[in-house]
Amino acid sequence: MSKITNILVCGVGGQGVMTATEILAEAAISLGFDVKKTEVAGMSQRGGVVTSHLRFGDVVLSPQIAPGEADLLIGFESAEALRWSHMLRPDGVALVNSGRIVPPVVNLGLFDYPEDPVAQMRALGLTVHAFDASSLAIQLGNIRLGNTVMLGACADRLPFPAEALRDAVLARFGTRKPQLVDANRGAFEAGRRAVAGEALAATES
Amino acid sequence: MPATQTVPAAARMFLSGNDAVARAVWEAGTRVAAAYPGTPSTEILEILSRYSGLHTEWSVNEKVSMEVALGASMVGARAFCAMKHVGLNVASDALMTMTVTGTEGGLVIAVADDVGMSSSQNEQDSRYWGRFAHVPVLEPADSQEAYSMTLAAFELSERLKSPVILRLTTRICHVKGVVHTGERIEVEPKGFVKDPRHWVMVPGNAKPRLPSMFERESAARAEAEVTPLNFQVDGSDRRIGFVTSGPTFMHVREAFPDAPVFKLGLSCPPPLESLRRFAATVDAVLVVEETEPLLETEMKAAGIACHGKDVLPRIGELAPDVLEPAVKRLRGEVVPEPEHVPPQQVFPRPPTMCVACPHLGVYYTLSQMRNVIISGDIGCYTLGAGHPWNALDTCISMGASMGTALGMDKGRGKVDENKKVVAVIGDSTFMHMGMQGLLDITWNRGNVTVLLLDNRAVGMTGGQDNPGTGRDIHGEETARVDFAKLCEALGVKKERIRVLDPYELPVLFKALREETKIEEPSVIITNRPCVLIDHYQPAKSYTVEEDRCTGCGNCIEVGCPAIHVTRRDKVVKASGKEVDLSFVRIETSACTGCGLCVQPCAPEAIVHADPVQSVQSVQSVQFVRK
Repeated sequence: MSKITNILVCGVGGQGVMTATEILAEAAISLGFDVKKTEVAGMSQRGGVVTSHLRFGDVVLSPQIAPGEADLLIGFESAEALRWSHMLRPDGVALVNSGRIVPPVVNLGLFDYPEDPVAQMRALGLTVHAFDASSLAIQLGNIRLGNTVMLGACADRLPFPAEALRDAVLARFGTRKPQLVDANRGAFEAGRRAVAGEALAATES
Repeated sequence: MPATQTVPAAARMFLSGNDAVARAVWEAGTRVAAAYPGTPSTEILEILSRYSGLHTEWSVNEKVSMEVALGASMVGARAFCAMKHVGLNVASDALMTMTVTGTEGGLVIAVADDVGMSSSQNEQDSRYWGRFAHVPVLEPADSQEAYSMTLAAFELSERLKSPVILRLTTRICHVKGVVHTGERIEVEPKGFVKDPRHWVMVPGNAKPRLPSMFERESAARAEAEVTPLNFQVDGSDRRIGFVTSGPTFMHVREAFPDAPVFKLGLSCPPPLESLRRFAATVDAVLVVEETEPLLETEMKAAGIACHGKDVLPRIGELAPDVLEPAVKRLRGEVVPEPEHVPPQQVFPRPPTMCVACPHLGVYYTLSQMRNVIISGDIGCYTLGAGHPWNALDTCISMGASMGTALGMDKGRGKVDENKKVVAVIGDSTFMHMGMQGLLDITWNRGNVTVLLLDNRAVGMTGGQDNPGTGRDIHGEETARVDFAKLCEALGVKKERIRVLDPYELPVLFKALREETKIEEPSVIITNRPCVLIDHYQPAKSYTVEEDRCTGCGNCIEVGCPAIHVTRRDKVVKASGKEVDLSFVRIETSACTGCGLCVQPCAPEAIVHADPVQSVQSVQSVQFVRK
């Protein structure tokens, strides 16, 4: 059977996890791949856990990624990336927004937020590229650009050219919110640079 | 939402199962489509409502939606209704006689099982309805099949004069895949034919019709043996042959690409003779079905030896990672240890109520009351059972808060005699099945205080309209229910009905205290809209003045996700008692100024924020309306 690419995107309800996966899927479709995408998002709009599975290749059968089978884990929130790290292949790559969303159960003192989720993932032997995509999006002028920043961050780790993904991002805003095309183009490239810089720093250190 | 949109022409499209069903319903020339929202089926009608050329509606409940579809079928139109699995329980009264009358225009019932229970109160298997009602069941395995089987279901329904069930699961409804679509055909209704022996189901007319129901079933059984919807995939590894239906087909093909598979599309009535022939070609048969051992039982009854729930779980999805170890064990092979990292322990992140949700005030107030039993219902407000409120004691089925509250009131003994019985229900659930329960409370002199949380939306499924919003599925103005008048008409005394602002905590608390003291039915209606719909008007946001916050933590008890603890401390009071302190900040960019947290803050540390808002974390996008 030909190689299927498995991408797991995870985060918190409302962050745009499903939209980001949808855009990744559109890019894969534009290149002629067979694509399946599935979500586990019961009551996700209410601040719960969201995961979105994307699989593409010649022919995709099951829409679900099995544990240990994700080539790429895209974590929109650091504790969520840790929660789903068992989905990653031992030789897979995790791209993580080190920004945090602290849920009410932690604020109430019922549970603790992990001290450093990214360090914990690295201690498990996983390859993790992490940067604060939330802060970067705010610097760029709008927290909602965070999801385009994350897409930019994964653009150079896909089995197709980064431009295909960038075009899918811009096509979406081009039809829905043309005034946001430039901002999203900037956010996409900023995400690309951020992860490249982080990867370089990791090799040097 | 626009009433109609330009329909994309036939093409290669990337569609969810729900989207694919909607597309095919439209293409089939359907004239009437109805549903009550319910995860995971909701989007089918949402999508259909954007197509032109057919009547679409949110019905008040699933039973009505099915009856609307049947009425359209009676006049010869193609008709469709959709519901989640538990919705078919509500609609089953109509179904069980519709199967005696049979149908005229093609009638397809899409029922979506929540296998894995991402958003439901149980995991029942809707395939049973096919056997119970003697109607065919089709089970698509992906979006392309959801599309083509919907078209096939209309054709089959018209040929057999029987309603047809299209059984979906969450893993069909919410999976997107590539679908090749077509164009709409127009089907002109043949017209209603007056025939009491056909449509008036009194015993004298119904009894002679029963044989026709079984004749239809026999015809469907014969069809199942020959239809291309049921097919076999050959494989070289004949140790185990798999029998599958629905999404399990894809899971089995993924996990065991070399194994022979019998794939059921028309799974009820089951093609037992074809299955018998298949079984003879393999060493052993494993039936992979979600969730009950239904085919397995039928095959065993027909004398076809097979494995099923002896090796596979009876609960949840049968994804490849569940199938692989089970099949290895069945073959007597060793299940290897996984090479990937083990699952990590991380705090739970249950769904929460939204920032400024009008239910927050209700549950904060209820959490402060002692000696109450709170009978709950189905909707966002079921989250009141969680932290920090812990103020909801039951949740069973749509509208059940009314009847269970009355039963508690009538059944309680000495141990509960000083407790107050409160029922909590939302606007849409009240109209779905709750108002009959309230009528039962007034008629039978129950002592129940009803909190009717009118947020003008079916909140949990995405804010759909309902008869209380005064807008139809297209967002267009229509008749609007007056809840106070409705409750009065149902027998609640006018002076026992109050309409309150749930953001005014002292008023709410006083009303609840007074109404629970009075020993007769009363209704407190809250009147502020869901924050995720366009009725909602955000106000000026708040912030915490750090030097005034005493760390008492009262504001956290409101349960708003915009309130964050910045540091914790402990102090020892004069009495020697140690007290935990939690100092807070408000995520100002997320706050919409409802003012609930301001009210329990004794040191008045919560004040309006400066016009220049600080944005500190990604939290701010968490509850932005779509």
